[in-house]
Amino acid sequence: MSLTRQDVEKVALLAKLKFDDDQLDRMTDHMIQIVEYVEKLSELNTQDVEPMAHALDIYNALAEDEPRPGLTREAALGNAPKSDEEYFRVPAVLGE
Amino acid sequence: MSIINKTATEQLALLQSREITSVALTQAYLDRINQVDPAVGAFLRVESDTALTQAAEVDRKREAGESLGKLAGLPIAIKDILCTQNTPTTCGSKMLENFVPPYNATVVEKLFSADAVILGRTNMDEFAMGSSTENSAYHPTQNPWDTSRIPGGSSGGAAACIAADMAPLSIGTDTGGSIRQPAALCGCVGLKPTYGRVSRYGLIAFASSLDQIGPLARTVEDTALLMEVLAGHDSLDSTSVDTPVPPYSETVHQPLQNLRLGVVEQHFGKGIDPEIEGAVKQAIATYQSLGATIKNLEMPHADYGIATYYIIAPCEASSNLARYDGAHYGYRADQAEVAAELAEDGSDEGPLVRMYRKTRSEGFGSEVQRRIMLGTYALSEGYYDAFYLKALKVRRLIRQDYDNAFEQVDLIIGPVTANPAFVKGEKTSDPMTMYLEDLYTVTANLAGVAGISLPCGLTKNGLPIGLQLQAAAFQEEKLLRAAQMFQHATDFHLRRPELL
Repeated sequence: MSLTRQDVEKVALLAKLKFDDDQLDRMTDHMIQIVEYVEKLSELNTQDVEPMAHALDIYNALAEDEPRPGLTREAALGNAPKSDEEYFRVPAVLGE
Repeated sequence: MSIINKTATEQLALLQSREITSVALTQAYLDRINQVDPAVGAFLRVESDTALTQAAEVDRKREAGESLGKLAGLPIAIKDILCTQNTPTTCGSKMLENFVPPYNATVVEKLFSADAVILGRTNMDEFAMGSSTENSAYHPTQNPWDTSRIPGGSSGGAAACIAADMAPLSIGTDTGGSIRQPAALCGCVGLKPTYGRVSRYGLIAFASSLDQIGPLARTVEDTALLMEVLAGHDSLDSTSVDTPVPPYSETVHQPLQNLRLGVVEQHFGKGIDPEIEGAVKQAIATYQSLGATIKNLEMPHADYGIATYYIIAPCEASSNLARYDGAHYGYRADQAEVAAELAEDGSDEGPLVRMYRKTRSEGFGSEVQRRIMLGTYALSEGYYDAFYLKALKVRRLIRQDYDNAFEQVDLIIGPVTANPAFVKGEKTSDPMTMYLEDLYTVTANLAGVAGISLPCGLTKNGLPIGLQLQAAAFQEEKLLRAAQMFQHATDFHLRRPELL
């Protein structure tokens, strides 16, 4: 499966990134090169192998359902590029 | 001999016997940073005022006879990836240029409880993605042994500040080799703990199933001292494991009897620098002279480590870095520019989506964008099975190689890198050659085992060579004791760059 410039443009939209023409060319070249390399995994037969998402066999690490102090609203909004007293402010979602 | 040429363990003894004060020690390091960091660039920010205040407080507590932590009065440098309350934490990225965390990472809390003195924040590849620290959005870091060369990465600043005597201890993080590779290239010791040994709470995430925080220092003894403080269960990190922390700093001097070391044939395959191969083989001979036995190991999937890693790590990164949306914290593209851009290309994308895209394209550097793209691609519809699921299966095979190996030997011994530190700019245009820097280190992250890098020689050109030891999960004690056996028998760790 060979990666095209159009594929890369579509992935950029999914990844919420945006490239100009030169960047798109460079990204396509690099991704083709890397994808070709990682396709080396297809040499291996993995039919009966369980996937391993994680190095540890930890399941359902549950904590007691007890309230504990969290961030204040002021602290949580403190790093926002734009906020009012209560909310994170973003550009209009449904148009102006 | 200046106080900064002593090891952290020696400095701690001098602090305890009140022959020196923490203020004097901290000032000596701040002076050294002033003197040499303009040439090295290990630090992103030096926190002189707060360091001296912390040092004075430790001195006061000691004078008053109050109880003190295990690192009381020792200066330490922190990779700029651990959240510290009310202190800027940038992760080497423009995206987080103005980010001031509202809470402390657990490791930072532990350093405060241990009464360590934080000197400042060290440079790194942006979001820990890179092997040369050239991907920092702020400035590159130079290798103290040859400032035309890279220090390794992503914890390049963490290793360079140790090599140049700008800190006795430092903290790095390792996702595919980011502690061990810079430690090797800068001639210091770096430990990547077992996955789950050190809490990741407050560590800015890159690839959550691979990231670990670990210590760097000049000697194994100092590494053990710091590791003892970092390790342990944390209820704030559900992947941290509740298993007792051995007193590493006490046991580190006990040699291991009947040590069985494994050598992996592929580690000496094509591409390894003959000087590195020679130094590592010499180190193996040193262990034999100390009574160790050597066994050749089959690790048939070792050569698939990089391919597996460069699917799994970007997939996790693309998901982790989705949080940088210009809304909650970090950089946001200028609103008027977003509107102008939309008007210009007549897109019906909407101002919110375009804000996201412009923010992320301006806030992230090119390597970070490349990894987000790779991960998004590998996880996208139609490709998930061929890439991500396949990689998870090969990860299992790599883990089984390790399980089989550790049934036969105590530790795996080999090189950290195939080549010594390369010249700046040499690999920036070709991502694949940069990725191959982690050839010998990534498999430990995939399998979740522990690894350490320690100096084992210098090339003819005076560049450090690293020796890697790897141990089964939660066998850091064995790793440190074996590494100390080597440092006890050799003096490679005492060599220093002729910097200024």
